[in-house]
This record gives sequence, C-alpha cells and structure tokens, in this order.
Amino acid sequence: MAMDHDKTNGFKVVGTRPNRPDGVDKVTGRAKFGADAYAPGMLHAAIVRSPHAHARILSIDTSKAEALSSVKAVVTRADFAEGLTGENWNILENVMAGDTALYDGHAVAAVAATTPLAARDAAKLIKVEYEPMPHVTDVDKAMAADAPIIRAGAADSSVPSGLHANVVRYHESGHGDVATGFDEADVVIEDSFKTEATHQGYIEPHACLAQLGPDGKGEVWCCTQGHFNVQKVCAALLGTDSSQLRVTASEIGGGFGGKTVVFIEPVALALSRKASRSVKLVMSRSEVFRATGPTASTSMDIKIGMTREGRITAAEGIFRLQGGAFPGAPMEFTAMCAFAPYDLNNVRQIGYDVLSNRPKQAAYRAPGSPMAAFAVESVVDELCKKLGLDPLEVRLMNASKEGTKASYGPRFDRIGLVETLEAARDHPHYSAPLAEGQGRGVSCGFWFNHGGETSVSLALSEDGTAALSVGTPDIGGSRAALGQMVAEELGIPYEKIRTTIADTATLGYNEISHGSRVTYASGLAAIKASRDAVQKLCARAAAKWGIDEEAVVWEDGYAKPSGPNAGSFEPISLAEIASTMGQTGGPIAGHFEATPEGAGVSFATHIVDAEVDDETGQTKVVRYTVVQDAGKAIHPTYVEGQFQGGAAQGIGWALNEEYIYGEDGRLQNSIFLDYRIPVASDLPMIDTVIVEVPNPGHPYGVRGVGETSICPPLAAIANAVSNAAGVRLKHLPMSPPRIREALDQQANG
Amino acid sequence: MSMIHVTTNVNGDDVEFLCDPRETLLDVLRDKLALTGTKEGCGTGDCGACSVTVDDRLVCSCLMLGAEAEGKSVTTVEGIADGENLHPLQEKFIEYAALQCGICTPGILVATKALLEKNPDPTETQVRYWLAGNLCRCTGYDKIIRAVMDTAADMRKAS
Repeated sequence: MAMDHDKTNGFKVVGTRPNRPDGVDKVTGRAKFGADAYAPGMLHAAIVRSPHAHARILSIDTSKAEALSSVKAVVTRADFAEGLTGENWNILENVMAGDTALYDGHAVAAVAATTPLAARDAAKLIKVEYEPMPHVTDVDKAMAADAPIIRAGAADSSVPSGLHANVVRYHESGHGDVATGFDEADVVIEDSFKTEATHQGYIEPHACLAQLGPDGKGEVWCCTQGHFNVQKVCAALLGTDSSQLRVTASEIGGGFGGKTVVFIEPVALALSRKASRSVKLVMSRSEVFRATGPTASTSMDIKIGMTREGRITAAEGIFRLQGGAFPGAPMEFTAMCAFAPYDLNNVRQIGYDVLSNRPKQAAYRAPGSPMAAFAVESVVDELCKKLGLDPLEVRLMNASKEGTKASYGPRFDRIGLVETLEAARDHPHYSAPLAEGQGRGVSCGFWFNHGGETSVSLALSEDGTAALSVGTPDIGGSRAALGQMVAEELGIPYEKIRTTIADTATLGYNEISHGSRVTYASGLAAIKASRDAVQKLCARAAAKWGIDEEAVVWEDGYAKPSGPNAGSFEPISLAEIASTMGQTGGPIAGHFEATPEGAGVSFATHIVDAEVDDETGQTKVVRYTVVQDAGKAIHPTYVEGQFQGGAAQGIGWALNEEYIYGEDGRLQNSIFLDYRIPVASDLPMIDTVIVEVPNPGHPYGVRGVGETSICPPLAAIANAVSNAAGVRLKHLPMSPPRIREALDQQANG
Repeated sequence: MSMIHVTTNVNGDDVEFLCDPRETLLDVLRDKLALTGTKEGCGTGDCGACSVTVDDRLVCSCLMLGAEAEGKSVTTVEGIADGENLHPLQEKFIEYAALQCGICTPGILVATKALLEKNPDPTETQVRYWLAGNLCRCTGYDKIIRAVMDTAADMRKAS
C-alpha cells in the first residue's frame, strides 16, 4: 500500500459540504469557550494597568488590597521567573511590567479574590506610584532624531548605523538594478502612504482558568490559537516544567492572529500558585483593545516605473512599521509581500521595525501584507490611469507565474495568480455598469502560507468508527475539513469520524493555528495518519488471508486482494477488521509527526464597487467579489467563509477602523462603540470565486486560504474610493473626515 | 454589601438567586445560573453577544441588572430549541455555515428569532439593520443573512 500518492480527482467526500461537527453545540449555547469554564472554589482575577504611555514604576503598594478578606493573592513582576533572556524576556516584560510601563494598559500587578466584583474593587486599592516619561506613538515621529528612546539597546545587528535607537530591526531584499529599471520606464510614479493600527476584533475577549500547585503541576484552560505554545511560554515564565503543565484549548471565539500570543495565562497561574486555588481571568473589551496585540501601523514610500505598454520596469518600496514597545513588527513580511504578484527584473524593498509606546503588535491575518498591497496597488492603479490602461490587463501582463523569480527571492512553484486575474476579468462584476458617484477598484494580494510542526493521532474503534486527535485549535471549521480528509482516505462516512482538539498531554508539539496552516498541515497529517492506519488494516487482512501485505489494497473502506495473482478472497470492511482487532494484534491507530514544508503560496484578486458621498465623506461598499486560489477546496462553503470574512475585515480596515491615541499617549477608542467594526447594515453580500490550482506540496493540492483574503481589500477599496471621489486617498482608514480633507485639499488646489 | 433576592423565570424554569446590586443580568445568567450560552463580548451593549429576551423584548443582558429580572420571563439561547428539536433558525445556521467561531451565534439567534416573531417576512435590508447590533467578525454576515432569509421563507410556508 503506497503512502505518498497524490490524489487529484475522483473525490467522494472532499469537495462536498457536510455540516460541521461543532454545529449543534454552537447553535444551542453548549459549546464551551474560554470564559465558560468553572472550577470548584475558584477565584476571579483582575489586572492593574498603567494609565501612562511611558512611565517609570517607582513603587507598588498592595497592602490595602491584601487586607481585604476576599483577596487571596496579589502578584507583581517579582512573582515570575528571573533571568529570562531573548523572546521569553520580551513576553514576560509584556505580560507584567518590570521597572517601566511601556504603554497605556501595560499590566503592572494582578489580584485574585472570591468574586469578580471583589477582584475589581481590590485592583482599585493597589496604589502604583509612577514617574511619567516622554512618549511617542507615531511611527515617523518615533524614528525622528528628537524621539524619546523607548528601550536603549533593543536594536539587533541588522540595523545600519546612524538610525534612531527606536529602529530595532532592518530588512533589505530584491534583485536587479532599480536605477537602470527606472531609466527604462516611460512613466515613474513615486508616492507615500500611511495605515493606522487596527485590531483583529475577535468578539471573545481573552479568558482562562488556571491552576498551579506547589508541586509544580498545573492545568490551564484557555482560548488560544496554540495551546502548545501557551504551555511552553507559561512554563518558562513561571519557572516550571512544560510537561507538568497541561493546557487544554477551549472553543475559540475568533483569533485572526491575535490569539497566537500569551497575555493572561501566566498571570492566572502565578495567582493560583500563590493562593493555592484555581483562578479565572477574563479580559474586558477595553483591556483587549488597550493591552493585547493590534497590528502595526505603517508609513510607506513606493516608486514604480512602467512602459507605455504597461510593463513594469522597476519597483522600490520603503516600509516603516511600528509594532509597539517590543521588536517584532512584521516589516520583512510587508517588504517581501509588496511586489510578490509581479514578475520583475528590478526590485528593491527595505523595512524598518520601529518601537513606540503602544502595545506589542500581534499577527493579524497575513501580518504585514495588506498594508504593502495598499501602497503598491495604489501606485499601480495611478500608473494605469495615467497611461490609459486596463488595471487587470496590466496586472496580467506583469503577473508572477510558475518559474518567476519572486521579489523576495525564491522561484515560484505552481501558483494561481494568472488564473485569479483571468477569472476576475471574465466575472460579470468587472464589466457591470457603475452608477453615478460610484467607483470600481481591483487589487491583487499575496501571502506565503505556512506548514509547521504537526502531530496527529487517529484511533479506530471496534465499531468501525474513527477518532482523529489534532493539536491545532479550530478557528475556521477545520474539524469538518480534517474529518472529510480522513473519511476520504479510510472510505467510511464523514459522520463516523470525530475530530477533537487534544490537550498538550495527548500529542507531540503542534505549532499554533497560524499561517493558514491547519487545513494544509494538519490535513496532510490526517491523510498520512489515515494511510498509516490503512497500512495496518491491510496487514491484518493479509494475515487473515495468509498472503503478503503488499498484495492487499484499500478501496472504498475495504481491504481487497490487489489482483488475481494475490488470491481470491472476499473484501473485508474496516468495521470487520476493527471488530476483531483485539484478537488480531491489538489496537489500530495511525500517527503522523513531522514538519510539512510544502505550504503553497496563495494569490487573490478582488473587485469592489464603492459609492462616496461628497458631502459627508461617507463611503458605502455596494458590490464585492473575491477571487482566490484555494489549491483544492476541501469544504467549499468554509473556504467561501474565509474569503468573505477576510474581505469584511479588510473593508473595516480600509474605511473605519483605527487606533486613535491622544496627545497624552492614551488610547481614546477602546470600546466597540468607538472602534467601529463593520456591522450587517454596512456590507453587501460578498461574492466568491474559488480557483483551484493544486499545491504540489499537499496530497490533495490544498493551499491555506485564511489569510490571503485580507491582502487585497485595503488596496481594492482605496482604488474604488479614489475613482469614485476623484482624488487619491493615501491614508487608511478612509474615514469620512479623511475623505473630506482630501476633497477639500483638491478643491483648494 | 447585602445581596438582593430575585425570583424570576428563565427558559420556562422558575429560578431564584441572590445577587450583588451591581451584577448584570448577564453576570447572573452565567455565574449564578450556569447558563453560559449567553456571551460577553464587550460589556457595553455594542456587540449583542449577550442578547436575550425579557418578557419578549430583545435586550443586551450586559446592560440590565440582575435585580431587574424580578418577576420577569427571560429567554436565552438555551431556550430556543424545543427539547431535542432544533429551532428552524438553528438548523439553517448549521446548514448555511452561518457561523465560524460561533461566539456571536447565540446572540444572533436570539435577536433573529425576535425579529421573525415581529416580522415573518423581512427584506434583506430589514434583516441587516435589525442585526446591526450584533457584531460578527468571522463571516462578513453574508451567510448569516442568507440563512435568516431562507428560514423566514420556510417558516412562512410552514405556517
């Protein structure tokens, strides 16, 4: 029985649209999310946070809080591990401030008490004495000569000399000679763009229930995209052994990258260790905005040269990203994604990672890529306009394809950009007439996708059913897709498979559910684990028949002799073999542990029609079409859901959402009323076209789909709005005041 | 602080509880009555994840005090199905994949059921504006709106 064959057609379950296994739980309120766990005798925690953007912590007086009978533990930085280095130190510094509060909302102390109200009351009694220091929250200002230094010595060796100490990492890449390329151009456009920070805006605030005993053994229940990472980080921050800490991932109420990071779990564990009781810690919405991981904000310069015919001769980009008070803004992704859709002879990109007094940025769906697309695709659109060329035809003329040397280095394998562009061009949306006051925009987008460490286990039951255990929290319906792949391989009905997100004690290490990796990597693992189980099933049949294992094949849920030479035997079903497995050699299970490295990159093309009210500056998206390469859509409905969700988040980012900091460096809009994400009445239906250009790195051709969908919208909407308003918008979000300002500036010449 | 004794009805069950005067109906449902289907997304009435009906009126349970439930009749997501038979909206939400993470789903189901009881034949625009107080970050609302429109059509045919 061959293990490594690819399957590209003749699917029975893959490509169908069965109901999700967690559907009933989620429509009845039974599904247990982060805040839905309760333990006997548990305490409730609250965190004391800095009201200053940047301040030295002079003293923390916890005596009044500790004097309350309801208060069972108070922790500060002194209650965590000492001597940490590298990223562990950075995480601890963010989880609980040391000498200095680095942003508005930075945790300074925490308290555990008998009720949530008692904990909140006690937190108010903890007196922290601060010495405010100068602060900076804007990326360009943070790089200026007179900017306050946020953390001296934080820069790594990549940073060229002469830059401000707040520039902590530097990236440069590209190929060819851009100066020569610009000389060959008939038109060169150079412009600058900015995007403000946004939040993933998951509706479920971070929540956990934790217990840690004096024996160093502990349990954590939490909403996370990666419980194995929670285990690793908590063990380091608490100074305990990873294996003694068992972490279970709850149902997760949205993440989009924002729950790849550890914020509250170590705090709950430290409180539990001190109080010798379980501790529940749930963030408020305001804490989520102030003190989790929003995106980086950006400042970008783009220069592109084009011939009269539309061929791009050279492209150059400078990308400055502030990612809060810690290194890690994804500027290299911004730089590397910027020109990836284009087949270029001359390209150069530079990135700066800049510190500011804001919370440490976290991943948000294709981190760094949407901003780059906004800037680059805006300039491409201006070039098309200036030269009177069709924007999709120009993108087709310059599109990356198999064999193209990517702007970020490697040569592309099989990719589907051209197919998405052609599907977009041929879609009725692209040729539909526009009404008065409307504009149309298009954009491409690119994301790498990721494989990562993966471990799964597939156990067969005596009744012929199967239990798949995976270690990647289900953030988009992956339990359904993984079950479909197992059903396809085993040849039993989808309903006979139960997929569980297993805890950290059950499987080998699994990387976080990030990088659009789950359907790709856990899917590949589920297929390989199924084939492992099938091989064992075939061996049992071979033993029963007294023939070689190689003479048995697996077809549609049955072991069969491979041909007339193998002998003549009645096929045996999975259920029949499983029913006697105890007597024929013991339990049958399949496994897979490896790091799949063939995650195929992914491209999308979006078309959007927008209507701008000149008087108010209000924009309405009236029509939206997503075209994206999924490689192979395992569950097409959930693939559509990823396309639509990414587009909707992109619409929010483009038009409304932004972190607004006051002169005092404090966040001014930390609730959903003021940080307005798209509501149902803001949006049209979102049409989707699934393109399938198989990824050679997956047995069925799967490419990750979750992130690429947010790459084109910022640019596509900016192009639509600029066409509708008759003025180029260069600063996101294109909120009504910014559109009015742009119109006024144009009117005043 | 002394507790308030409250007698009320939740999903058809008579219940009593003691609550702090500052505790919201949401706090009480989740922490005292173990009805965790109702979710807290914001605590400020902006996200609708905590939607319940009180005497058939749709409210954000985070904006109402537990003590105010005295003598009222409260319905939460746990009270939507008829025993083991799911409500048509629940069936349709699963079929249409009108949920991804599912955290907003309880509130959206409660709100939508309230809409269809008032208006069995809403337009797409009416559904969108009725649900404008229920944030969903995963779906872009497309499949939610389609599920609601299709359920409404089915329920009209059945009645």
